[in-house]
Amino acid sequence: MIRSFALSLALACVASFASPTQAGEEEVVLGLSQDRVAITANFDGDEILIFGAVKRETPIPDGDPLQVIVAVSGPESAVNVRRKEKRLGIWVNTDSVLVDSAPSFYAIATSAPFGQVISDTEDLRYRVSIARAIRSVGAAMHIRGAQDFAEAVVRIRENEGLYSLRENTVAVDQQTLFRSAIEMPADLTEGEYTARILLTRGGKVVSSLETGIDVRKVGLERFLYALSREQPFIYGLMSLAIAIAAGWGASAAFRLLRNN
Amino acid sequence: MQIYLPIAEVSVNAFLLLGLGGIVGILSGMFGVGGGFLMTPLLFFIGIPPVVAVATEANQIVASSFSGVLAHFRRRTVDIKMGMVLQVGGLIGAALGVVVFNYLKSLGQVDLLVTLCYVVFLGVVGTLMFIESLNAIFKSKRSGGARAPRRQRGWIHALPFKMRFRTSGLYISVIPPILVGVAVGILAAIMGVGGGFIMVPAMIYILGMPTKVVVGTSLFQIILVTAFTTMLHATTNYTVDIVLAVLLLIGGVIGAQIGTRIGVYLKAEQLRILLALMVILVCVKLGLDLLLMPSELYSLGAEGGH
Repeated sequence: MIRSFALSLALACVASFASPTQAGEEEVVLGLSQDRVAITANFDGDEILIFGAVKRETPIPDGDPLQVIVAVSGPESAVNVRRKEKRLGIWVNTDSVLVDSAPSFYAIATSAPFGQVISDTEDLRYRVSIARAIRSVGAAMHIRGAQDFAEAVVRIRENEGLYSLRENTVAVDQQTLFRSAIEMPADLTEGEYTARILLTRGGKVVSSLETGIDVRKVGLERFLYALSREQPFIYGLMSLAIAIAAGWGASAAFRLLRNN
Repeated sequence: MQIYLPIAEVSVNAFLLLGLGGIVGILSGMFGVGGGFLMTPLLFFIGIPPVVAVATEANQIVASSFSGVLAHFRRRTVDIKMGMVLQVGGLIGAALGVVVFNYLKSLGQVDLLVTLCYVVFLGVVGTLMFIESLNAIFKSKRSGGARAPRRQRGWIHALPFKMRFRTSGLYISVIPPILVGVAVGILAAIMGVGGGFIMVPAMIYILGMPTKVVVGTSLFQIILVTAFTTMLHATTNYTVDIVLAVLLLIGGVIGAQIGTRIGVYLKAEQLRILLALMVILVCVKLGLDLLLMPSELYSLGAEGGH
């Protein structure tokens, strides 16, 4: 915890990003507690604090209150989904569907229940909800219930804590300041993550902003990972050498113990 | 204490891994099996990706087998000559096994075939050993410990290329041990295990080796076969996770030392009946997985992977 806190302090990039002006007069000004996540040997998840303010030249508009959506997503990749069926008394994989693109991690935080924050059409346009973040255009038509496969991706990853929708977890102050914390689980994959902030009024997006979060292995993790990819032969020999040394070491240690 | 595994890309509890390694290590030392057939499913269960589990397990078996074999060397219960002959077969088999594995992979359904392999072999080997050792225990009780003479006068003695294996007290042809080695090598490559659970009964029942040298000899030949497999996985699939291996093998080597010492106090029949029970247990568990409706019908895989 202390380490994590120190890290956030050290990395506290007060970098703020001005969003490209959209039709409205309200803009997001954003700060992140850290713009990168270092995966160390004892990495057990992290928490990224996302905070910001709404910049506006005019007084706060009347009508629907300002709502904020924060979405952090991991690198996207294709996923092969297989379904089991009972054949000859045993359960075997039969049909499979390639889901073209699904983020490895996807967390949404909203300032109110999801349905109230953004309308369905805006959700479709900005691909905000978990179901919309997954793309499976090429789903084979001959397979019964192809939609079930995309739903399976969401269900499995939600159970693994990789996908989450947490409503009412963005605190909005005076329709101007907002902040939220996104939990990053321990089982993160490397890559360029993106954090998206959407400001909405009455279900319509009035401003949005996107920024990157770099998730990288560091130190020993980085070294071992790189070695295994670039020098696989040496890496293999090293693994064997460690195995033999450990085997011999334990044997020698136990002999000493017995002789004493 | 959570540890992030660099290749598997998951975070796991270090003490859990040490404990698993220790338990499997004890069994490995007691029975002369690498323990892969237990450890690999256990690793799947705690969430290690199967490809990483299989490859890393091979590396861990090298360590626990090496630790175990040193204890057997000191007790002179390793038939080095027999081990060498088995290894020649084992390497041929492992190379063949990789070819077979890749062929099955191209057909799809490789997971199912691996599981079926496990169920069939564990079931047959476990049941046979269980019946045999039960008989042996009854016989030794009735006749007051006198052992039934080995009936090894069959076709094995009619084969050419005879060789004397002094430690085992055998004078047999090299063909059966090489064939046993090939068969075990193929299975080792397909099932991702050292093959001890096949090797041990094969040495007892097919080659007629005395039980006391079987364990040490099995460990001895497993080392080379699994070292070969480790290198193969490390250089082709990049799936050996060294951090996972180190955690498992710290527990494993200590366990193997304890196991070898426990093994000394048990009678050969008791040792065999325990191993048989364990093999049957794993078989039943894997069999049920195939027969019962899984709680999650869908599974995710990388594109093109399995």
